[in-house]
Amino acid sequence: MSDITAGTTLHSSSAARSAPVNLVGPMAWARANLFANWWSTAITLALGYLFIRFAVSFVDWAFINAIWSVPVSPQGVANTEACREAKGVGACWAVITEKHRFILFGTYPYDEHWRPLLVCFLFVGLYIVSAMRRFWRWELALIWVAVLTAIGVLMWGGVFGLTYVPQERWGGLPITLILATFGLAFAFPLAILVALGRRSSLPAIKALCVLYVELIRGVPLISLLFMASVMFPLFLPEGMNIDKLLRAQIAIILFAGAYLAEVVRAGLQALPKGQYEAADALGLSYWKKTGLIILPQALRLVIPPLVNTFIGFFKDTSLVLIIGIFDLLTAGKTAIIEPSWQGFGVEVYIALGLIYFIFCYAMSKYSAGLETELNKGRRR
Amino acid sequence: MMPMRRSLATLVGVATTLFAAALPAQAQAPAAAPAAAPAASTLDAIRARGTLVCGVSTGLAGFALPDSQGNWRGFDVDYCRALAIAIFNDPTKVRFVPTTAQVRFTALQSGEVDILSRNTTWTLSRDTSLGFDFAGINFFDGQGFMVKRSLNVQNARQLDGATVCVQPGTTTEQNLADWARGARVNIRPVVIERLEDNVAAYNAGRCDAYTTDVSGLAAIRATQQNPNDHVILPDVISKEPLGPLYRHGDQRFGDLVRWLHFGLIGAEEFGITAANAQQMLASDPRPEVQRILGRTGELGRMLGVDNAWMLNVIRGVGNYGEIFERNLTPIGLQRGRNALWTTPGGLQYAPPFR
Repeated sequence: MSDITAGTTLHSSSAARSAPVNLVGPMAWARANLFANWWSTAITLALGYLFIRFAVSFVDWAFINAIWSVPVSPQGVANTEACREAKGVGACWAVITEKHRFILFGTYPYDEHWRPLLVCFLFVGLYIVSAMRRFWRWELALIWVAVLTAIGVLMWGGVFGLTYVPQERWGGLPITLILATFGLAFAFPLAILVALGRRSSLPAIKALCVLYVELIRGVPLISLLFMASVMFPLFLPEGMNIDKLLRAQIAIILFAGAYLAEVVRAGLQALPKGQYEAADALGLSYWKKTGLIILPQALRLVIPPLVNTFIGFFKDTSLVLIIGIFDLLTAGKTAIIEPSWQGFGVEVYIALGLIYFIFCYAMSKYSAGLETELNKGRRR
Repeated sequence: MMPMRRSLATLVGVATTLFAAALPAQAQAPAAAPAAAPAASTLDAIRARGTLVCGVSTGLAGFALPDSQGNWRGFDVDYCRALAIAIFNDPTKVRFVPTTAQVRFTALQSGEVDILSRNTTWTLSRDTSLGFDFAGINFFDGQGFMVKRSLNVQNARQLDGATVCVQPGTTTEQNLADWARGARVNIRPVVIERLEDNVAAYNAGRCDAYTTDVSGLAAIRATQQNPNDHVILPDVISKEPLGPLYRHGDQRFGDLVRWLHFGLIGAEEFGITAANAQQMLASDPRPEVQRILGRTGELGRMLGVDNAWMLNVIRGVGNYGEIFERNLTPIGLQRGRNALWTTPGGLQYAPPFR
């Protein structure tokens, strides 16, 4: 059939012509979507004008007229005269220059700031390693234990020649990462157990799980944190104190657990009954059925709401400010209490927002990738 | 069926025994708790721990605020450092626990902190039913109003119908309501949690006036772009005596905190400063100075600390006036009622050291 051999060029005399410029490419796209008729053109021009005006004034404020540093007296009092004169015209990034170490690390001893810095890198490294599918083996649990131990050693110190730093001096980004990471790492397995328990046929277990979920979901996180920090210590014998951070951490784990349990339960319910029956027909035990057949499919179904909850909790950790723990947001707020820096909240909040955005966006980007990866067989 | 019933019976039996065992313990508990509190000496606990744990504010300019390097600074903070010097002769042996307005009292009651040095107003109910004792008044304050000059308000009674920004969970909110009722002034309070959010709301015109203690108002006014656009009204609607507080029942620790405060005031009265304390110990002929500085009189021993306690404290943090000048003068506060009793209008007074 084929007497044309590979490499033969057909119609070599006429070069391929590209389509007319107003039918393909960006020009055509703009014509079709932005300037299709007169009102479309008007809206495009109006929005374009507003966008450019906003962008120009933002660049003016944030970069061109911005003040990057101000003189600081030897007593540590900053002279923010220049910033106050430029208020409304230029950003005062000097507040970040001066306070960035306090915002990131809170009241942690200044000379030891390399320790919380290293802890932040360890956390990020741990996230990256855990995100790669080739590391999804049981050894990953060992890596987690090792890294979390290293983080504990670095933060507390007291061994290997590191000076001891009590918990109330911790602050800033490490606190946010600790609360979020430990919170979700413990809440997720708890949530799976509770979700399974809620579908159990044993009435006692089912009642217990329903009670837990409904009790915790029925109250706001703030009241749980208050309970942990105001009521709980009064029940303990005098002289016995459980660390404030640990109390808040447990409250966050319990709270996140209840919410995640409902998300996981949604996945369990979405699975067709045939999957359960097929697993039973194979003669698998309950745990084998759950671990090998049910959970892998159920969890894959609920990746979007799971990540939604994860991102929500990452930001909810900032509520610990009401019990006097200096997380990232609280440290930022405290930085602008000093009289000379009062009134420069916008700059600090932009910087804080950027940090939160980086973590949350990375989380949502990764989950989107994971979803496509895991749902290859189900894509419609 | 049989084994299950038997196990059920065992379970009930065990539960009954446990309950019976728990019952007397529970009955004793309320009686035992108040009795146990005075037995546990705060001072001994602090010595055994090796550090003083001091509850401070989460951030209040001039009184307690971490600087850019994360070190706590302020008037209340210096009182804690002074106490650490008195006990350990070491200003670093103190841990600062930031406490919010809502959790501060629990933190002290539960023993999480040894002392609250945290802008807390001395009131009867806090002294009695909350189970605290106040060691003295280290700052005389009172609640006032700040308004924009453009509103042309001369006194607080003209605030009828005004919206007033106020922080929740403090005596400030209560005082405002009490005063408004008493003065028959119709006030609409706008309750906002954080100080700087309150100030932002005031600046944005969300409320006509901002109310808090005059000390706080002075600090806020000083940081406005143009302080002269704002007026602090002459009316002071409450008494806000601020001072450190400790758990009721530990008089030995209370004596130490109280006399530390008197010592700082006495030192200012006699002109003992951080710079000249050592020299005055050697050369000042006045017997009371010699007793404060611990050369004679064994006063420190009576309080359970070293006789040189006040000498160390003054060399470390200075006298009352120096602490005030270092922390509160920069935020625009005058001595006013916090001047020594020897100055007209001053209320700070120390009983004799002997």
